[in-house]
Amino acid sequence: MRGRITPRRIVIEGKGTVKQDVSQDTRDRAGAAGAASDVVLPSLGFFGTLRWAWTQLTSMRTALFLLLLLAVAAVPGSLFPQRPANPAVVTQYLQDNPDTGPVLDWFQLFDVYSSVWFSAIYLLLFVSLIGCVVPRAIAHFRAVRSKPPRTPRRLSRLPVYGTLEVPADRAREAGLTPSSAAEQAAVLLKKRGYRVDVRDAGTDRPSVGAERGLAKELGNLVFHTSLIGVLVSVAVGGLFGYNGQKVVVEGDSFVNTLIGYDSFSPGSNFSDDRLEPYSLRLDSFDVRFDREQESHYGQPLDFTAELTTQDGPGRDEEQQVLKVNEPLSIGGTNVYLVGNGYAPVVTVRDGEGNVASQGPVVSVPSDGLYTSLIVIKAPDARPEQLGFVGFFLPTAFVDEDGVSFSRDPDPFNPQLNLNSYYGDLGLDDGTPENVYVLDTENLTELNSRNNDAGGIVLGVGQTYDLPEGKGSITFDGLKRYVALDIHHDPGEVGALVFSTLALLGLTASLFIGRRRLWVRTGEHPDGRIMLEYGLLARGEDHRLAAEGQAVGKLLADHWLVASGTTGDHREQEAASSAAGSGQSHHNAKDN
Amino acid sequence: MPVPVNAELGQASELFMLLASIAYMVALVFFVLDLVKSSTTISTLETRLARADAPARTLAGVGARGTGSTSAATVPATADDSMDYGAGPRRGRARIAVALTVLAALIHGTAVVTRGVAAHRVPWGNMYEFCTTGAFLVAVIFLVTLTRKDLRFVGSFVVGLVVIMLCAATVGFPTPVANLIPALQSYWLVVHVSIAVASSAMFTITFAMSVLQLLQTSREAKLLAGKADTAKFLRLVPSALSLENLSYRLNAIAFVGWTFTLMAGAIWAEQAWGRYWGWDTKEVWTFVIWTVYAGYLHARATRGWTGTRAAWLSIVGYLCIVFNFTIVNIYFSGLHSYAG
Ligand code: HEM
Repeated sequence: MRGRITPRRIVIEGKGTVKQDVSQDTRDRAGAAGAASDVVLPSLGFFGTLRWAWTQLTSMRTALFLLLLLAVAAVPGSLFPQRPANPAVVTQYLQDNPDTGPVLDWFQLFDVYSSVWFSAIYLLLFVSLIGCVVPRAIAHFRAVRSKPPRTPRRLSRLPVYGTLEVPADRAREAGLTPSSAAEQAAVLLKKRGYRVDVRDAGTDRPSVGAERGLAKELGNLVFHTSLIGVLVSVAVGGLFGYNGQKVVVEGDSFVNTLIGYDSFSPGSNFSDDRLEPYSLRLDSFDVRFDREQESHYGQPLDFTAELTTQDGPGRDEEQQVLKVNEPLSIGGTNVYLVGNGYAPVVTVRDGEGNVASQGPVVSVPSDGLYTSLIVIKAPDARPEQLGFVGFFLPTAFVDEDGVSFSRDPDPFNPQLNLNSYYGDLGLDDGTPENVYVLDTENLTELNSRNNDAGGIVLGVGQTYDLPEGKGSITFDGLKRYVALDIHHDPGEVGALVFSTLALLGLTASLFIGRRRLWVRTGEHPDGRIMLEYGLLARGEDHRLAAEGQAVGKLLADHWLVASGTTGDHREQEAASSAAGSGQSHHNAKDN
Repeated sequence: MPVPVNAELGQASELFMLLASIAYMVALVFFVLDLVKSSTTISTLETRLARADAPARTLAGVGARGTGSTSAATVPATADDSMDYGAGPRRGRARIAVALTVLAALIHGTAVVTRGVAAHRVPWGNMYEFCTTGAFLVAVIFLVTLTRKDLRFVGSFVVGLVVIMLCAATVGFPTPVANLIPALQSYWLVVHVSIAVASSAMFTITFAMSVLQLLQTSREAKLLAGKADTAKFLRLVPSALSLENLSYRLNAIAFVGWTFTLMAGAIWAEQAWGRYWGWDTKEVWTFVIWTVYAGYLHARATRGWTGTRAAWLSIVGYLCIVFNFTIVNIYFSGLHSYAG
């Protein structure tokens, strides 16, 4: 029968018959009272309506609907670029799609996971969850404290049923009575993990009520409650956490203060006294590329950053290693190695012969061979500010068309290919600037492949004098840099703990069988002690029949009666009429 | 520090993979032959019974749904609903098919292991390896289940899917053995991906069973309505209800696996990218799949949602897995893009 799949349905089935009678009853009365039932609906009143809404919200059907809705609602976030992850891509998308873009934006399709509709779905789901878990927890608490359910009158109607008899002579030898048999059965079942209750002891039909697997429901409750825990932990992280990015060139340091970051995004309740002022210095950065295999030649194999860290001002220095999958834990934050590249060391002299800018300039890799974009700005150059834009190539090669490209990610032939400009770099008016972009609109071109002066090509140690006596540029050497992500998430531990609990609860809930078992004993007029037992599962339990078998064997072994030896026992054979020594038999009626 | 890979062994592995595919294909042929043969056997038997004037009797396993009686409304099914061995006629071709699948799985296992040895790491670091190792697990899980339950009726589906996965790997994502890029060098790769692949393999089998369940449901309805049996091979398949119950058991195990995959992925993401959850494309789809199967589990406890609707959810969940693995990996950009 389909109905036996879940606990609720078994229960409902049990009640079902009753319910049917009742509804028959009401129908009759409704028939007599005419349209009386139609009047009931509008008279729900305000609280009635609230109550009705609450019942709807906490129903299984609504939970299912909301779950599926959540799955569907999550999808657009993978189809459209998302602001939190890729703000630049979103801006680009809006530029490329001036018609549809704003409409999509209005529907918050670029912020799906913080959108009103997505939040509404999961909040409703969690309200429903709480409304579901609380009553169940109370019911479960009661169930744990109460005795196993009373023994049904007819055990033979249970899905798994078996009988057993102890021959009269053996019963007499052992002084076995129906009551002592029930007591012994209770002890055996207790050892097997059942909680037991002997009832009607001393009467001629004593019985044992036993139950096991309450942890199934507990697991379910722990699972659902832990989901709330995970959600709360995520929220805590969003409120009090922060994360930031910093690029550090070999030899340079980072101090964990607001101004130490290149970019910083605080949680909504962040205050900057939460930053612990630790510092770290990048001593060296080693990269290894695959040199063995033709098909993957030049693929990176290993990135290792050697750091010197200091927990705070005046504290001891410590040597540490940072790798891609091995973040560094310091000052309440985790530091991650998320990127790397080359920082050519460049000196720019201005038209007056003074050093206008000197030091490593971070270049941005644009492919696996570290062909990198580089922008050099010298706002201090006089009389005219200078700017450079171009490529850094670790292993420069020139193809037949005269185009330079990089052939290897390692710096075998490092080279700068630059265009140069002079004029107003536009840095003085205070608008935030992007160090990786040079706005050439208000600048005059000095060098480029397209003008007479040509582009600038520099190897390490070489200097190029700019046209018109505007100054010079020297490629002094090469350093590497690392891009670091620095995160502080106070909700992280909670999320881990609760999701682990959820996993454990889920496992318990799905794989523990919750079973009820009853044993009833009695004495035949000829002195045989009869036992019958029946099992009932609450919830999906395909091992119920096997459990019945095992319990039958347990009892049979205890009184040294053979179990299930005779082949063809049918349920029609009433237990009392079974001849010969004791047997146990089962009939599993799962379906 | 990574050791150089062994390219020759890698080529040997590819050869084994090819041999395994061939063996699976032959096994597939035998599984299909078994279905054809069995349904003709049943037909002849039935006609003979009918001629012998047995009033619309059903064969061995009797009716589904436990109606138990031999009324004309009972749905004929030769398959035993408990899916235990023993009932029904001997099926020589099915035995050959299973033996061939075992052989294929052995060769396949050799291929997977040599691949791992050649690369000095676990053999699941790129699409080719996810596919081939995943297919291997599908075969192994199927064979292990076969030792306990007679699931030979899904043989042609499951082995067919294994063949498709192997073809997809060889044709779609050929990748010579190589070391892992730094982002993948983590023991979480071992944990996270292995459980993901194993769960997906299990979902593959339940997918096949859910499809059969839907077919069986419509056939049962048809027969109950007194219409002709147009899908005779489904007599080898147990009743829709037993299919539903068994696939629920497998789905429950796979769901726990998937939950673990999601968590292990989050822990790894925390180590590699600095946040445990960031709605990266791949994370989105892992979440969607998880939610769909959570919906499936709920559906099984919701009145009106068991049976056909639950089966559809199981199918939708699996389609999401396939989508996540193919389209998302290939066309969507995200932090997981190195998977290729
Ligand atoms: C965040 C949303 C939810 C998720 C992800 C979720 C997930 C799950 C999962 C995976 C199961 C199967 C494992 C188990 O039995 O423990 C389950 C079972 C269950 N859930 Fe939920 N659930 C959610 C919300 C709800 C809500 C709102 C309700 C109440 C209406 C609910 C009621 C139940 C019940 C009664 C079961 C037991 C089903 C059975 O007996 O087979 N769940 N849930």
